[in-house]
Amino acid sequence: MEQPYAIEMLNITKKFPGIVANDNITLQLKKGEIHALLGENGAGKSTLMSVLFGLYQPEEGTIKKDGQVVKIENPNDANDLGIGMVHQHFKLVECFTVLDNIILGVEPNQFGFLKKAEARKKVLELSERYGLRIDPDAKIEDITVGMQQRTEILKMLYRDNEILIFDEPTAVLTPQEINELMQIMRNLAAEGKSILFISHKLAEIMAVADRCSVLRKGKYIGTVNIADTSIPELSAMMVGRNVNFHVEKKEAKPGEVILSVENLTVASDVHKNNAVKNVSLKVHAGEIVCIAGIDGNGQTELVYALTGLKPAISGKITLHGQDITNASIRKRNVLGMSHIPEDRHKHGLVLDYSLENNLVLKRYFEPEFTNKAGMLRQNNIRAYSEKLIEQYDVRSGQGPATIARSMSGGNQQKAIIAREIDTNPELLIAVQPTRGLDVGAIEYIHKQLVAQRDAGKAVLMVSLELDEVMDVPDRILVMHDGEIVGEFDPKKTTEEELGLYMAGAKKDQVKA
Amino acid sequence: MKKNLLKNNIVQSLLTSLICIILGMIVGFIVLLFINPAGAAEAIISIAKNFFCYNSTNMQLKYLGNTLAKTAPLLMCSLSVLFSYKVGLFNIGVAGQYVVGACACLYAALAWHLSWLPCMLLAILAGAVFGAISGALKAYFNVNEVISGIMLNWIGLYGTNMILSNVKEAASPYTYQLSAAGEQAILPTLGLGALFNNNQYVGLALPLSIICAIAIWVILEKTRFGYELKATGYNKNAAKYSGMAEKRNMILTLIIGGALAGLGGSLLYQTGYEQWQCTHSSLPAMGFNGIAAAFLGGLSPIGTIFASFFIQHITAGGTYVDKTMYCSQISDLISAIIVYLCGFVGFFKYAINTHIAKREARKGGNE
Ligand SMILES: Nc1ncnc2c1ncn2[C@@H]1O[C@H](COP(=O)(O)OP(=O)(O)OP(=O)(O)O)[C@@H](O)[C@H]1O
Ligand SMILES: [Mg+2]
Repeated sequence: MEQPYAIEMLNITKKFPGIVANDNITLQLKKGEIHALLGENGAGKSTLMSVLFGLYQPEEGTIKKDGQVVKIENPNDANDLGIGMVHQHFKLVECFTVLDNIILGVEPNQFGFLKKAEARKKVLELSERYGLRIDPDAKIEDITVGMQQRTEILKMLYRDNEILIFDEPTAVLTPQEINELMQIMRNLAAEGKSILFISHKLAEIMAVADRCSVLRKGKYIGTVNIADTSIPELSAMMVGRNVNFHVEKKEAKPGEVILSVENLTVASDVHKNNAVKNVSLKVHAGEIVCIAGIDGNGQTELVYALTGLKPAISGKITLHGQDITNASIRKRNVLGMSHIPEDRHKHGLVLDYSLENNLVLKRYFEPEFTNKAGMLRQNNIRAYSEKLIEQYDVRSGQGPATIARSMSGGNQQKAIIAREIDTNPELLIAVQPTRGLDVGAIEYIHKQLVAQRDAGKAVLMVSLELDEVMDVPDRILVMHDGEIVGEFDPKKTTEEELGLYMAGAKKDQVKA
Repeated sequence: MKKNLLKNNIVQSLLTSLICIILGMIVGFIVLLFINPAGAAEAIISIAKNFFCYNSTNMQLKYLGNTLAKTAPLLMCSLSVLFSYKVGLFNIGVAGQYVVGACACLYAALAWHLSWLPCMLLAILAGAVFGAISGALKAYFNVNEVISGIMLNWIGLYGTNMILSNVKEAASPYTYQLSAAGEQAILPTLGLGALFNNNQYVGLALPLSIICAIAIWVILEKTRFGYELKATGYNKNAAKYSGMAEKRNMILTLIIGGALAGLGGSLLYQTGYEQWQCTHSSLPAMGFNGIAAAFLGGLSPIGTIFASFFIQHITAGGTYVDKTMYCSQISDLISAIIVYLCGFVGFFKYAINTHIAKREARKGGNE
């Protein structure tokens, strides 16, 4: 009789100091199916997938491939068994080209000489066949995350992997890219590849998966057929309660202008053209303004200029009446600007620092944490971080002393949000604040943003997520090709209308 | 139980350092075997024994004193390397900073007849200026500190030769003896010399360098400044994002690193232990040995105290190798080999950790 399962992970237990990340978990992946893995931040999804990929050795449990018990001691073993993985945080060599990254480690050669032409041909064929658009000669550091991800997928396909693991692939993608990825996954499954797919976005799981397994706090809750379930049922299974997807909020009462941007122009690192062109906007106290747009249309550079990470070419930025166009980052922070950055690993965290050290990253110099002699007040740092951890439910193995690198992606994000909101800023700049968070955490963060607003603070957020764009803000500004091309009231617009502006098909004259 | 012990960071550092030392000795021994098998065993033993080769306790103490006199400057150099390394900078310019430190204090002592403290402060200043140049080049022009450090090393060396030629003995390439021409600049011995059979070279230098090591530890672990520096070293972008003045910190780090190395120069030459040879065409090994000592000491300020002593011990021991069997450079060669292998500490640490991980995986037990 034919073996129905491509992969079986049976009774897997994996412990880390202070936490059981996987507690007796069983997961069976059928051949040719798309199997979703769902669970709260820190539930143990990435850990389970890392066990399958040979990055971690479980204390207990067995793994079977096509019914045979196999030993996967490292990623090479996994690769030999045809298992490939796209990690939550990509593992590409920044200064290499796309092509070099794809063939890295399995370079075709003859007598030790690279046969790159052959490799290029195979890569281009694969790229064509699955609609994975890439530029083989571009350097990783210069391309969008979307293309980086396609590179990761091609890496798996180039190695003829049969079992494909996607760890939160859609967290960093635009809606368009997500649709493309879904189609690619369907094509792959149709060709007989088996796919494990981690996502916090229930709609995606409903759209693309065949079955879904749910984990909660390291334990296996159950597996359901997507055809027989619904979004509320899935979310209840995952967090153990009903989740409210709609943000409850009262009418905004905008007050005085907090942030004012006039004719701001910012250079681009990649192109000759400016990334931000003559942008003007205002954010008032007591309102949430959202900048919507497709990734790569100048949002990143706009935020960099506002927060001081990148100088402006021209224009003027004022915070609460003070000109901060050329102010230092510290000055901006002290004046009441807070920033949840787009890239949590690049800017948001010192990964090798403990969680507590990360939680005071913006405040360590305050008298509460440093005495007059310049010595750190370690007890206060500990007490403060314990408070934030509790309040924002940041989960980790060893509490304040946990090294940030070992925390789950979503909990890293929660730590940053806790730090930035707790400074009680006049202006909170939040770039994709809920990226990688589970539905429960998203609900909580959205409530926090609204609470900031209701407390009379200004919130400027950047989001790629249309649901979020429609739900959270009081005002939407659409950005396209470095310009603000439209201003909308979320109650009076539709996703379709926004889509037209985001794609650049329509454009208004917007006055700030 | 044993596994837990192996996982401990301090135990690991000690163990890896020990492995490096033993391996260095073995490789050194093999090289000696190749050159002249007859004397190899004896030679490696004399290197390891250093001052123990003397029979009388008094002589042993005296030469232990000499080793300690050179440990102090080495410790300063390795602290300089370590401090910069924590901020993600590789201060290869330590050799030049050390040399200009020596230059400043000797010139001040011999030409201007300043007393010991101003001489020492000038040495610190000279080292700091050299560090500042590297730092500023890095911060404002993105010139790699390794490149600028190497250049400055040579500028420092030849500049020193030139300047100190003004205060050298007429008949030799050496600067005047400090005890004769600049006695006022000799560091106080604090009565420490008496402990080492009246070795006049042992004095303020050793306790001062140990105090510096402790101070560096405190700065890195307990202060706001250390918090900023380490954050910058781990993740420059996050440091910038959080509003730390990364450029200023980078420059400040190299200034402090340079000052430490400059002080190192003062701590050797102001004991009168050596005269500067104005025809030097290579940099003194002190600076580069500082790099090895920093790594051998597991990049911990306290660890480098012991590592510096060990490296100095080996280097001094090298001079006792039988010169009738080996050419005179042999001592440098062997100690260099051992010092070189000391740099592999990081590698062995990695090896131990992967080994532990594998074993745990196989046993399927944790903690
Ligand atoms: N290398 C590690 N060392 C120590 N603890 C770890 C390590 N990796 C993960 N953990 C811990 O194990 C738990 C599960 O983490 P994991 O990354 O699997 O979560 P996840 O389900 O992928 O969450 P997210 O949705 O946030 O990505 C977390 O509490 C995390 O702190
Ligand atoms: Mg994860």
